[in-house]
Amino acid sequence: MNTSVISVRTLRKTFPAPSGGVLPVLDDVTFDLYEGEVIALLGKSGSGKSTLLRHVAGLLAPSGGTVHYRGTPVTGPNPGTAMLFQSFALMPWLTVQQNVELGLQARGVHAVERRGRALRAIDMVGLDGFENAYPKELSGGMRQRVGFARALVVEPDVLLMDEPFSALDVLTAQTLRNELLDLLAHPDSPTRTALLVTHSIEEAVQLADRILVLDTGPGRVKAELRVALPRPRDRRDPGFEALVEDAYEALTGRRTMAAPDDAVAQDPLRVAGPLPDVSVEALTGLLEFLDTRGGSLDLAALGDALSYELDDLMPLVEAAQLLGYAKVTASRLHLTTTGRGFARADILPRKHLFAAAALANVPLIATIRTLLLASAGGRLREPYLVGRLCGHVPEHAARRQLATAVTWGRYAELYEYDADDRVLLLPAEHRPANAA
Amino acid sequence: MCSTAILPVPLAAVPADRAPYGPLRPAAGQRAPWRPLRRRAGLPARILSGTSMTKLRQFPSGGAIRAARMRPVDLFILCGVVALFYLVARVGASTDQPFRPGNPPAVSTDPGNLPYYAARSVLRMFAGLVPAVLFTFVFGTWAARSRRAAKVIVPAIDILQSVPVLTFLSITVTGFVALFPHSTLGLECASVFAVFTALVWNMALAFYQSLATQPRELDEAARLMGLTRWQRFWKLDVPSGMISQVWNGMISFGAAWFALSASETISVNHRDNALPGIGSYVAQALDDGEGARVGLAVVVMIVTVVSVNFFFWRPLTAWAERFRTEECEIAEQPRSWFLQLLRRSTLPGHLARALRPAGERLDRAMRVLGTGRGRLRHDAARRRAADIAFTVLYTAAVAAIVWKAFSYVLAHVPLPEIGHDALLALVTYGRVLLLVAFSTVVWVPIGAWIGMNPKVNRIAQPVVQVLASFPTNFVFPLAVVVLGASGISLNWGCIVLMALGAQWYVLFNVIAGAGAIPGDLREAAADLGLRGWLRWRKLILPAVFPSYVTGALTASGGAWNASIQAETVSYGTTTLTAFGIGAYIQQATTDGDFARNFLGAVLMSVYVVVINRLFWRRLYRFAMKRCSL
Repeated sequence: MNTSVISVRTLRKTFPAPSGGVLPVLDDVTFDLYEGEVIALLGKSGSGKSTLLRHVAGLLAPSGGTVHYRGTPVTGPNPGTAMLFQSFALMPWLTVQQNVELGLQARGVHAVERRGRALRAIDMVGLDGFENAYPKELSGGMRQRVGFARALVVEPDVLLMDEPFSALDVLTAQTLRNELLDLLAHPDSPTRTALLVTHSIEEAVQLADRILVLDTGPGRVKAELRVALPRPRDRRDPGFEALVEDAYEALTGRRTMAAPDDAVAQDPLRVAGPLPDVSVEALTGLLEFLDTRGGSLDLAALGDALSYELDDLMPLVEAAQLLGYAKVTASRLHLTTTGRGFARADILPRKHLFAAAALANVPLIATIRTLLLASAGGRLREPYLVGRLCGHVPEHAARRQLATAVTWGRYAELYEYDADDRVLLLPAEHRPANAA
Repeated sequence: MCSTAILPVPLAAVPADRAPYGPLRPAAGQRAPWRPLRRRAGLPARILSGTSMTKLRQFPSGGAIRAARMRPVDLFILCGVVALFYLVARVGASTDQPFRPGNPPAVSTDPGNLPYYAARSVLRMFAGLVPAVLFTFVFGTWAARSRRAAKVIVPAIDILQSVPVLTFLSITVTGFVALFPHSTLGLECASVFAVFTALVWNMALAFYQSLATQPRELDEAARLMGLTRWQRFWKLDVPSGMISQVWNGMISFGAAWFALSASETISVNHRDNALPGIGSYVAQALDDGEGARVGLAVVVMIVTVVSVNFFFWRPLTAWAERFRTEECEIAEQPRSWFLQLLRRSTLPGHLARALRPAGERLDRAMRVLGTGRGRLRHDAARRRAADIAFTVLYTAAVAAIVWKAFSYVLAHVPLPEIGHDALLALVTYGRVLLLVAFSTVVWVPIGAWIGMNPKVNRIAQPVVQVLASFPTNFVFPLAVVVLGASGISLNWGCIVLMALGAQWYVLFNVIAGAGAIPGDLREAAADLGLRGWLRWRKLILPAVFPSYVTGALTASGGAWNASIQAETVSYGTTTLTAFGIGAYIQQATTDGDFARNFLGAVLMSVYVVVINRLFWRRLYRFAMKRCSL
């Protein structure tokens, strides 16, 4: 039980940014995956969890640090692993059987043996009778079963899973999770060790023996949770619920903010914190929902009720906090007074309320507005703003933040945007008279 | 892209102990109950049930039942295959004839020869297609797998595909004739090569692009499974590029017919090099002034184009649908009656089974090619050094060739003439521009109307496709008669000649674009009461704009190509010449003046490439950004 199958040491990964320089994705990640263990890598989008998985698979080269598989450094596709993909990654032009046989063919297994092993694997995942079907003819759940068969037929030491259930509907995903556990726990199964990437807390708690919570930008392990619950796990079990809340807390709590240095502090654009990429409609929906539920709800319960995964829910929660509409205390979301006012307002007053909240709480929007008022024609070029933001964050992040700021500001009628010329404008009634 | 339907069921609704468990096995032929049946737009229910029937046939296991006995259709197919082999052998054997320059093979205009000539031409087309596919596979893969090769291959192919095929014809004819001095095989090769160049650039570029945009997860799956290079090529690379290969091949076939019929009768250095073929038949008939026989040949040509489509391209496009990666069904699935027939036969199954052991052995043998793209670490310093060496060598080679060519041209052509030639090219460019403008004004409204009327569309689309792939240079010489009678100068008349072939690209692209306007948008426009000009301005024109740009770009390429044939036309003893770069190239070809031919070709290519870069690509980008649906 204590043999380390995969060991990751001080792994670091940077991608070249389009504007030059580098974009850190993983920073100083160290962990071990032991024999017979299932680890879940849990994190918001952008935490580099899929990147980490691809390093273990030997599909990406680390910028620093090492990955070892049973003591051997991984320098190419890791022979001890097989992967389940979010999009299933089945060759659409091959039948189920041909897809399952492909990995064996790559290893040079003879045709007769290959066929027998593939048929057994297809039988094992319950797809008997579909050998000659093409993936197009199958439902999503059945396709992922083919994915199981394809991965398990090569009897990998470690099963890697990249959000394997997130493209499936809730019921199908639940069924497949249980079947996966059965397959891994089967006494004859040569595959007992697995690494799972997920953004669903419940999925992590249900499947894993250990959960590694990854921080965002750059990704690093910021918490480790042990799941010692007996299987099969009941999601109504108090222990289960406690772990879900712990995970939410680990994800939301203790935002580590680097203290802005002097150069940055002088530029009002750069002190702007990251803007969550959220639509105003979704935010409004969340606040209205919270209001109907008495203004206070557990994050876990909220995710459940909306059937939202972390990636959908967390940006909304962050936006609500940023605008002062809600507060999080101990993984519980509370509506503030301004939040309640906003949730109950009509369409036009809501816009005014939003404008006030954005100007008061979102430095980026406030700064854009100030710069616009100060500029001669009430115009600002978008590339100029991106350029100034770029000093602080990578270019694509700057663009995304600016896009959000533009959408929010447009909704609040603080400024207008001309997509053809890529300029921000003051609304016509505020524009200086001499401007065209 | 379409998204998977997600059931909006809150987690709490799932029974806590266990979700319904057990193998999900719907009855054979039935769809899984939770998956909504996606109706394909525009397909009547009869056809839908037809497809589910074919699916049903695949249960329990494909060939097991069918393999048992032969069917009548098998006999039919077998006869067809035997006949095809016989024809190819018969026609192919006569390609190697003794040949003395000055005494070209005679082409008889006896109508009885027409089927044979047509067969010779078709054979040349397919002889050109085979090396085009091979080239595509080799260079497309090479460019996609090697960073440095991509830097050379991709821009080169990109430029070559916009260079008019006919400009270099005489150069290649001279070369190939020299290669086989005492046989017509040299001329055959030159003709096949013309077909090859008409097909290959489009196909190679499309293949490279499909490799470069391969779905990331499929690539990762292939790497992690450790597929050998050979396996990866056949299991992932070729299938994922299949659709674009087939469609590009089919579209380029039209241009290839044009190049073929021109190459069968090219005269280099005042020598007519006529190869037996339908193109040379027409040329001979025109020389003899036999109008009726020209008409007959045109009919045979149409029949040939339609049958090649029917027996080859239609089945191929319908078959290629199985290689579609995205889950969405396209609006109108290509169907082929001939493919249905082949599918009903047991022969392909038998053949596949018979070949399987050989395939296995080949698969094993090809393990020597190794497993690609596994290595993760590169020595950065060595890599950079190699990059620098490569760039220096490449630049030096290109510079040397350019300098050599430049000095060669300067040695043979006086400088003022080059300026004059640039003017000639400008005049031809003016013609191309007029042609595109004319096609736009005429065909955009008509195409949009056809595209939005499914009934008309069903009849019109095949007709337009035939028109687009018909080598219109057949009928150019007839213009001599018309122009002679009406007194219009060829300087204007040749615009119409160029348009004869090129305009159809605008039409059929606009038809396709208009046909793809979503029903929702049209209903919304009707609901808002958009009518007349407002409806055109706000709905139809923007919606067809992206496909119009593609069509206009292709049309202008076709027009440049046609200018070489259209600016000099002769019928019987009369020869008319227009003022333009096309006529200049034609003259240089006839005179065997390599330097002028080369100069003309380069000038034309430079114009085409520059205009594409400066104008068409920008317009295309704008169209995709603003008007794509």
